[in-house]
Amino acid sequence: MAVAFDEMNGLGEDLRPAYQELSRWLKETPPDALEYRRQEAELLFRRIGITFAVYGDSEAQERLIPFDVIPRIMSATEWTLLEKGLKQRVLALNMFLKDIYHGRDILRANIIPEDLIFQNPVFRPEMNGQDVPHDIYVHIAGIDIIRTDPDNFIVLEDNARTPSGVSYMLENREIMMRLFPDLFSRHRVAPVERYPDELLSALRSVAPHSASAEPTVALMTPGVYNSAYYEHSFLADKLGIELVEGRDLIVKNDEVFMRTTEGLKRVDVIYRRVDDDFLDPLTFRPDSALGVPGLMSAYAAGNITLANAVGTGIADDKAIYSYMPDIVKFYLSEEPILKNVQTWRCREAQDLSYVLDNLADLVVKEVHGSGGYGMLIGPAATKATIEAFRDKLKREPEGFIAQPTLALSTCPTCTDKGLAPRHVDLRPFVLTGSSHTTIVPGGLTRVALKEGSLVVNSSQGGGTKDTWILSE
Amino acid sequence: MLSRTAENLFWLARYVERAEYLARTIDATLRVTALPAAYIGKTNEWDSALLTAGVGAAFYDHYEEANERNVVEYLSFSSENPSSIKNCIESARLNSRSVRTALTSEMWDTINSSWIELQAVWNKGPANREELAKFLRFVQETSLRFDGSAYRTMLRNDAYWFSRLGVHLERADNTARILDVKYHMLLPEEEHVGGPLDYYQWTSILRSVSATTAYHWVYRETLKPWLIADLLILNDTLPRSLASCYSNLVRNLDQIGVAYGRQGAAQRHARGIRNRLEHSHMDDIFQHGVHEFIQEFLADNSRLGEIVTKQYLI
Repeated sequence: MAVAFDEMNGLGEDLRPAYQELSRWLKETPPDALEYRRQEAELLFRRIGITFAVYGDSEAQERLIPFDVIPRIMSATEWTLLEKGLKQRVLALNMFLKDIYHGRDILRANIIPEDLIFQNPVFRPEMNGQDVPHDIYVHIAGIDIIRTDPDNFIVLEDNARTPSGVSYMLENREIMMRLFPDLFSRHRVAPVERYPDELLSALRSVAPHSASAEPTVALMTPGVYNSAYYEHSFLADKLGIELVEGRDLIVKNDEVFMRTTEGLKRVDVIYRRVDDDFLDPLTFRPDSALGVPGLMSAYAAGNITLANAVGTGIADDKAIYSYMPDIVKFYLSEEPILKNVQTWRCREAQDLSYVLDNLADLVVKEVHGSGGYGMLIGPAATKATIEAFRDKLKREPEGFIAQPTLALSTCPTCTDKGLAPRHVDLRPFVLTGSSHTTIVPGGLTRVALKEGSLVVNSSQGGGTKDTWILSE
Repeated sequence: MLSRTAENLFWLARYVERAEYLARTIDATLRVTALPAAYIGKTNEWDSALLTAGVGAAFYDHYEEANERNVVEYLSFSSENPSSIKNCIESARLNSRSVRTALTSEMWDTINSSWIELQAVWNKGPANREELAKFLRFVQETSLRFDGSAYRTMLRNDAYWFSRLGVHLERADNTARILDVKYHMLLPEEEHVGGPLDYYQWTSILRSVSATTAYHWVYRETLKPWLIADLLILNDTLPRSLASCYSNLVRNLDQIGVAYGRQGAAQRHARGIRNRLEHSHMDDIFQHGVHEFIQEFLADNSRLGEIVTKQYLI
């Protein structure tokens, strides 16, 4: 693989302007001072309890996501472009969802094959013809962005269901400001701390018509054993809203109430971090103990807003992903600002045969997978793994897509052998309320800590970095 | 606030209080068993430690003999014992995680950092008496820090009051238990109630509720069993006395009642118990039988827990 574009050093030794001050600072700072702060950061994370659970790993029930103290920096110009692209993309996602669950113009225009929608397990027929306040389906989107050169931002994945990671964006910044005040004073870093306020106002703005003037918002979590529980409690705390579990809620006369020490209290907006499948045992999985019986009928009656809406999975499905450039063009009549990774749809015979011929060079992903599970990274896989995957692919081609192995950009990172480039991606969080779309300047930079690794997922040994957007 | 949040806060406080009480009980028992046999008589102090912890029967499902090693292990580190110190701290942390939004960062930090610290002790167990003593002290300090950070950092609203309810209900229960067990063990025959005392046994009781010095300040007397009973039951100035716990319970429940604009069975029941304590004299209690009095109190106290649960927590 060719040398990857480096966020700090470009393609060679040309130090990029946004990193000039950092580079100077790194030269002045002795390595052991850096190591000392790194340890301090870890201690802080553990004390605050910023942990996540890895499913199926009973040894370490609560793990820390490794935090790398070298920030990832972006100039104001770069951010402006990215921001514009993100807003465009999320607007298109919302319009697509409204269309899919109402008029279906895009299907009639033959842009997307029908079966890809109707045969898709994440398509929710319950949402057909169901109106949602202000036509917003995706209130909180996490769009995973990668770069391979200085000019383009490429979307690796849209997360339109219950994207997580924003607590790391906020906590990473807190800890960096605590540990490196000197480095901060030498930069003009755009603040991220208003994210909770923006989120709350976006959520309140989409309250149903039957809500009172002061709508009650609650955050719904699957509970303490969920891998992102820390984030749920963190956000509820920052927003000043109740953190509810399914058992705290009850539906009466198509209204949703929470059980409080003063009796039942109506809830108007639920920022839910529970998957569709578990929301309401009467509509979806009957064995779900996490949900609220009757929630979907309150939703249908228009007495509760769910954020994100039910059925958004159809927009961030990996099979739909490959159509995103067309989706943007169809609804907005604009050229997409953010690029897509070239994607082969294994459901199409021609693409499949190409993929089968080039498995060793490609990344193959399950259409419905996430978290970096169940994917094949051709160049890093053994012959045997590739052959096993080939069989899987032949058996069920429609379950997979393939993409070229991209040299994700790298960023200097602390390693056992000093600073070294490691591959990174970026997840900015896009908030959509009734009147406008907001993106707090920054996001979660994930870094693959293993040398050469391209997998940044925390469940697979990825770490995080603070992301700095410099002001003009 | 969410009923579940209130419930978690209530139990969180109870677990921490219970952990501290267990640590005190073990500590006091270690001291009294270190005395020459002539000073403590034939009673098995470890058995009575189990009884005061309310786990007398369950213990023998797992052990043959109530000796120091077994009882310390069972009360401190055993996963089998649902109210071992270990399980109390584990449950307290789990509860804290569930209600992080209702805790101040100082309270969370106390529980979480203690939990992290105690992992090490649990994993290998204390190597010797010295380490055990250190562990017991640490548990007590955790409770003090938790209480202190709640007192100093929490908003004075229902979250605070529900957590206080937990503290005082648990504390009342603990004090009553120790009285119950010790009266029974020390003065088995009813007619001997108020009779000659075993100095070291009584010191041990006072120690387990950290009231040795308080006793002397209040009565300026050598240890007399009826005065000790008076101190632990009726003296409103001793924070671990039943009377003091109930003054606090009544106050906290009233605060909740005012905030919510309505009173209920919990307020009435607590006031009933408080009034009885206020109008009792030690002589009458002795007349009536201390054991019976305490038994009644324990039942009343746990009844209050049920009423509070029904009224607010579910």
